[in-house]
Amino acid sequence: MTSPGLDPEGTRIQLIATSDDVVRARQLVRTLAVGCGLSLVDQTKLVTAASELARNTLSYGGGGTMSALPVERNGRRGVRLSFTDEGPGIPDIDLALRDGWSSGSGMGLGLSGARRLVDEFELRTVVDEGTTVTVVKWSR
Amino acid sequence: MSERLPILRIGGNLLVSIQADLDDQTVMNLQEDLAEHVVRHGARGVIIDITAAEIVDSFVGRMLSTIASISRLLDAETVVVGMRPAVAITLVELGLSLGGVRTALNLEQGLAILAERSSAGPAAR
Repeated sequence: MTSPGLDPEGTRIQLIATSDDVVRARQLVRTLAVGCGLSLVDQTKLVTAASELARNTLSYGGGGTMSALPVERNGRRGVRLSFTDEGPGIPDIDLALRDGWSSGSGMGLGLSGARRLVDEFELRTVVDEGTTVTVVKWSR
Repeated sequence: MSERLPILRIGGNLLVSIQADLDDQTVMNLQEDLAEHVVRHGARGVIIDITAAEIVDSFVGRMLSTIASISRLLDAETVVVGMRPAVAITLVELGLSLGGVRTALNLEQGLAILAERSSAGPAAR
């Protein structure tokens, strides 16, 4: 996990139980991204990634939480987001990260697309226990 | 909760504006409402204005492609207008090409594309 120099401002938690919560998660991420000085393009990339991951948490994980945290490392500020669910987990991570592959009704771009939009991406999943995806976007 | 977006008529075309933050159900409703309006009004064109949309994720992107496909089956052309530069950059990185969806920079140019199509028969693409 990314940890050096966590900002002490504290983690914000957003429940993800309905599609309204996906909207709220996007809004929270936007606020943090602006606060951390991300450029407009980087804000847009991070909010879009958050939207993909929050929807995954809802549709595949059966709901969960997003925790959002401003972070700082080597003088650069950024936003770290963790999406956690206690759903069925992902049996084949390589397959799930492949473009165009989807177990649901999406385009199969959620995970792989979100990974391209952020600077750091970590996926932890245990079958029958759940999935946590953690991403970081740094200001330039 | 979910709402239904207003669909406006401009001549033989339909216009709908996507606002910043739509929940998924509203997006799904729009698909059905637009299809119904196209048939009811015999619309030849559909303009989707995304000027106010701060992001387009894969869900909304898929909806735009689906609306374009549905409209085409109903003999109407779809033009997406007003995409922000940051949204275009993000969509490409996301891997979403919006294949089959025509775009124009603004409403005026979108209407011009539709006018051209209705005067010249089926558009080239």
